[in-house]
Amino acid sequence: MKKYLLTIAAALVMISGCVKDDEFLSTDPKDLLTDDAVWKSPDLVLSVLADLYNRYPEQQTITNWAEFTNFDEAFPSESGQYWRTKQVDYPYDWWNLWDYGYIRDLNLFVQKCSAAKELAADVRARFVAEARLLRAAIYFEEVKRMGGVPLILEPMEYNFSGDPTYLQHARAKESEIYDFVISEMDSIKTVLPEDAGIKSRATKWLALAMQSRAALYAASIAKYGATTPSVSLPGGEVGISADKATAYYQTALGAAQQIIGSGKYSLYKKKAEDLEENFAALFYDKANNPEVIFAQDFKLKSGKTQEWTLVNQPWSSAEEQQGGRVNPSLNLALLYEKLDNTYSPFATNNGNDYIYYDDPKDIFAGRDARLGGTIILPGTKFKGVPLDIWAGVMYWKDGKYNTITGDNFGDLDSIPVAGAPKSSQVVGTDGPIDGLQFSAQTGFFVRKFMDPTVGSGQIGTRSDVWWVRYRYAEVLLNAAEAAFELGQPGLSSTYINQLRERAGFTTPLTEAQISFDRIVHERRVELAFEGHEMFDNKRWRLAHKVWNGENISANDVVSNIGKADKINTMIYGLWGYKIFNPGSPNNGKWVYRVVKPSNVTAAHRFNFGNYYSRIGSDILSNNPKLVKNPNN
Amino acid sequence: MKKIFVYTTLILTAFSCRKDNYEAPSSMLSGHITYQGVPVNVSSKDVTFELWEPGWGKNGAISVAVNEDGSYSALLFNGNYKLIIPPSQGPFRSITDAETKSDTMLLTVNGSREMDIEVMPYYMIRDAKMERTGTTVINSSCRLEKIITDANARNVESVFLYLNQTSFVDATNYIARSSLAGSDITDPANVHLSVNIPDVISGNGTTGDQDYVFARIGVKISGVEDLLFSEVQQINLK
Repeated sequence: MKKYLLTIAAALVMISGCVKDDEFLSTDPKDLLTDDAVWKSPDLVLSVLADLYNRYPEQQTITNWAEFTNFDEAFPSESGQYWRTKQVDYPYDWWNLWDYGYIRDLNLFVQKCSAAKELAADVRARFVAEARLLRAAIYFEEVKRMGGVPLILEPMEYNFSGDPTYLQHARAKESEIYDFVISEMDSIKTVLPEDAGIKSRATKWLALAMQSRAALYAASIAKYGATTPSVSLPGGEVGISADKATAYYQTALGAAQQIIGSGKYSLYKKKAEDLEENFAALFYDKANNPEVIFAQDFKLKSGKTQEWTLVNQPWSSAEEQQGGRVNPSLNLALLYEKLDNTYSPFATNNGNDYIYYDDPKDIFAGRDARLGGTIILPGTKFKGVPLDIWAGVMYWKDGKYNTITGDNFGDLDSIPVAGAPKSSQVVGTDGPIDGLQFSAQTGFFVRKFMDPTVGSGQIGTRSDVWWVRYRYAEVLLNAAEAAFELGQPGLSSTYINQLRERAGFTTPLTEAQISFDRIVHERRVELAFEGHEMFDNKRWRLAHKVWNGENISANDVVSNIGKADKINTMIYGLWGYKIFNPGSPNNGKWVYRVVKPSNVTAAHRFNFGNYYSRIGSDILSNNPKLVKNPNN
Repeated sequence: MKKIFVYTTLILTAFSCRKDNYEAPSSMLSGHITYQGVPVNVSSKDVTFELWEPGWGKNGAISVAVNEDGSYSALLFNGNYKLIIPPSQGPFRSITDAETKSDTMLLTVNGSREMDIEVMPYYMIRDAKMERTGTTVINSSCRLEKIITDANARNVESVFLYLNQTSFVDATNYIARSSLAGSDITDPANVHLSVNIPDVISGNGTTGDQDYVFARIGVKISGVEDLLFSEVQQINLK
């Protein structure tokens, strides 16, 4: 009996256990979505698009703090990063980018979404326009770093014939890539929404802002590239002929004026009572921000947070045992003008004697509000906690000042003068302590993008302040630069004066005061820590002059302020000292010294070969049609 | 028993590694970058040329650095190479090769080999003299000979006199320098420069007093990134 049962059971299994072969092999997967499923659901298409947004190319950004310390804007106050101020040359393969994986995904999206007839036409059109904007953005980034690259607008397929030569494409001209970006923006701007409240997805206004920026880059490469003839290739893959400059400047101005004329955006002025706070709030206030055009957004408790505040928080108010990494340089700080429109270094000395300040903040008084809005200064507060930035005590003994300092945050020591307290603090809780990581080794901390919310400095919470990629102030600066280059300094000054008025200046610049140096200056002070400096210096062909490898002295740092081609190869700091001299009227006052942190040992040198990064030898040998970039 | 096991393991370990498949490269290619047999002095680490060995799957250059005194050396496998000086390298232009009719030079390496590479420098610094005058100044004089005089000729942008504590003396390694703009040179056959000796020679972080410095004349040619140098000279201060 048992035997029969077994036989019958086995027979049943044999007959019914196996499905037909073709059905077995065509079971729908349970762990991934198929093309068919995705391209009929707007929600799923949006999530595909979200991934493409997430791969938007960046160089300096708040999620990659150390990149801000490569040049002269800031010093890296972390022990593993001092090499950045110790290296002379920038490797030629730095900043190189050859992201055809991303470009292919964007091309696939454009192709498949255009064919997705089950989506509503307007929804589909918006998705496609967004992907085309992202594709233009990556090509813009490619051309900024590499010059002309192969312009691939269709997803390419390999036919396994053993001969891949039909997939190999030569590099386009540098101007062709810029033309592509400009024309793409023209064709998608009518499709994208006009709602200025959309900040993290593409809008018509982002398309115009990107067009303005790209045209400005192309124009300045055409104009200033003439000064560096060796940075060009005979085929035009690098370099744009000078006669194209005017047309590009006109495009840049026109696109910017469309945004300005629309009235959809304005400069952030919600906190007019405190202009420094206003400038800082422009970056962290995400509610109805009238200035931000496009940002990478973050959200608390969602897994997508950023740690800019965590890595840069001052020690005095730190919520973890870390912070203080990005230390803005004195080189940057003294660019901010006095409110009477004059450049002036911070006054440290008066003849042979120091200048004594009652309050540590007094030395910074009467300046462009963007100084305090961009940089956390000694004597100010962050998160309501007063900063404690001072390098030591200067005490009077034997007819001269002697210095005593500590080697840890807020160290106590006894000042070796009769009558001094047995133990007193000899260095600030925030530093600066030379060589001590997380202390303000230049005497400053960064303020831009810092989140004043409680918890933003905690590893477990972090911050949801967004990374602003395009904002209205840059549009004004683009317009100002293009107008100036087109011989309309009067128009240029009206744009620049809007920014300066917001920064607290009461006397507008006149038409005659607008110069190339002024344009460069306004971009540097307004857009510091927003990832513009290197690319601006590249397109103006200033980089090899500004970072020329020559050592600079403290005297060099404080002179020639406001000159576009001022040498800025080494980072300096400004350290405050407390005076201990009982019986003197100066007792308890503050003096300042210009100091070079000891970890700044090398002068940066930007070679001609750095203007356009090296294309890797693997890429070159895979595609013999590519030409190498000049000088590397 | 245990001991035997241990020794056996040791012996087996010792013999378990076999020789590499490849011999290490052993042919030394060395020489100087020269003009008419005279080495062309350059800055340190900045000037390179490329060796290509065709016939392998992927292409990639062997980059050979040129030393301050114009010498170079590379340890190579025997084989046929192509030598090319990239156009952006050095204060000179490469000479069109008679064999390939291009800037590429064919090269066979079979055992160690000395080879000077002739180039066309824009200028040569001749008769460079550097000497101490008194205790505070170093004076120098030299003659600038313009070598390339055809359509590719270039002007001198400026001439520098550098001092450094070590024998690496160039535009990024110096403790004192003086400069003379090219437009201020009245007689290229007679270029004079002087520089003050800094109070502390050991300026680059090292301690200890040093009673000698190294000096060198550098020429910046307009539109050319790499400077041309004279030979490094040690100057005693006492």
